[in-house]
Amino acid sequence: MKNDHRARNHPAYWAFLVHRISGLALAVFLPVHFWALGQALQGAARLESFLRWTDAPLFKFAEWGLVLLLAAHLTGGLRLLALEFLPWRDWQKSLAAAAAGLALVAGLAFALAL
Amino acid sequence: MSARTQVFLWIGQRASAAVLALCVLVHLCTIVYAVRGGLSAAEILARTQGNVAWLAFYTVFVFAVAVHVPIGLRAILSEWVGWRDGSRDLALWVFGAVLAVMGIRAVFGVFG
Amino acid sequence: MATLQVRIWRGTESGDFQDFEVPREESQTVLDVVTYVQRHLDPSLAYRFACRVGMCGSCAMTVNGQSRWTCRTHVSKVAEDGRLEIAPLHNLPVIRDLVTDMSEFFDKWAKAHGQFTGTRTRYEDFESISPASAERQQVDAAIECIGCGVCYSACDVVSWNPDYAGPAALNRAWTLVNDVRDAATLERLRAVAGDAGAHACHTHMSCTDRCPKQISPTAGIAGLKRAIAKAALKGEL
Repeated sequence: MKNDHRARNHPAYWAFLVHRISGLALAVFLPVHFWALGQALQGAARLESFLRWTDAPLFKFAEWGLVLLLAAHLTGGLRLLALEFLPWRDWQKSLAAAAAGLALVAGLAFALAL
Repeated sequence: MSARTQVFLWIGQRASAAVLALCVLVHLCTIVYAVRGGLSAAEILARTQGNVAWLAFYTVFVFAVAVHVPIGLRAILSEWVGWRDGSRDLALWVFGAVLAVMGIRAVFGVFG
Repeated sequence: MATLQVRIWRGTESGDFQDFEVPREESQTVLDVVTYVQRHLDPSLAYRFACRVGMCGSCAMTVNGQSRWTCRTHVSKVAEDGRLEIAPLHNLPVIRDLVTDMSEFFDKWAKAHGQFTGTRTRYEDFESISPASAERQQVDAAIECIGCGVCYSACDVVSWNPDYAGPAALNRAWTLVNDVRDAATLERLRAVAGDAGAHACHTHMSCTDRCPKQISPTAGIAGLKRAIAKAALKGEL
């Protein structure tokens, strides 16, 4: 018999899920990102015509989502590096909260800049 | 794959993570700064074309990504998809190479 | 008389929950509930217990999906609106009803080199270990494990990765890596390295969350990762 959501309902597990899912989403996004920038090889006009797509509101929302995913994965990753490389202390269990907070700040900064 | 190799995969993942932490921080700040007032090719290229510092930075960034992403996917593939045999690692090597090639192409695309 | 609606797992891996109505008492534990069912309602119910005072770990089961010691679980703390769901520990083969086969749990303990390998004989002096030393403090924080299996049951990596040693085996390995009297450190580090060892831990911390002895296997596993990396980079692995 296996665990279900009742066994997973605690902060460190949510942190794991956010970290894994954001990583997966970024892994899917990156080849597209590289392809888009590679368009510049065919000249600035090619990149520009691609970037016109990025004016659409749906695109803006997706960009914001990506920045949030990146910030979440980064802060979650820093938390993991702390957990794995620093000597264990009780406060390390609260790092998940700190990571979440920082990721939101980054997302907010991006949203305000748009 | 021996346990010793798996240990080096773990080390490589954590080392590339540390490199990426710095790269991503710089990248995020750059993005937040750059999107103010909209995004245009001219603006991006004005920053990156002929700039060796950005070239070096993004090259390091691409190689760290090419190491970090496949090792991360390895755990997901074995734990959530049940893909555990040698073909999984081969596929990941290929994916890593694709990321590196596409990434370097993009870096030179904006370097000019 | 207040009653509890209790669903208890019957059967093996395949089976179903059976419903029972149990009188509710003051200061009742979940073990009291299971014992009432077996004594008064259905003598064919199979379950384990021994000390019933939170020392032996035999009564470990899942209550409302969470792995715990039933003798140390007050019904008042877990029975939301008078309902309880009791099932066997997860990640282990079910022998019958609430009884699991813990062989693989202990096999993995042995595979992780979870036994002490000494060098002195009875003819030599004791080795002096200061309780205040850094290594001994690491050991002391993890040594109280009684092998109850709650952490193993709570761990999703154990579910996803059949070869994974699990939190208890790795925690024990950690106590021995920090035991300066032990002579098998490198052999042990090799035994717990890689996909089936410490490196499979993804820091879910469900083990730490559920451990009835307040041990943090996650902390020990992080320590193992550091020790293994050091050995690997020095070419000793």
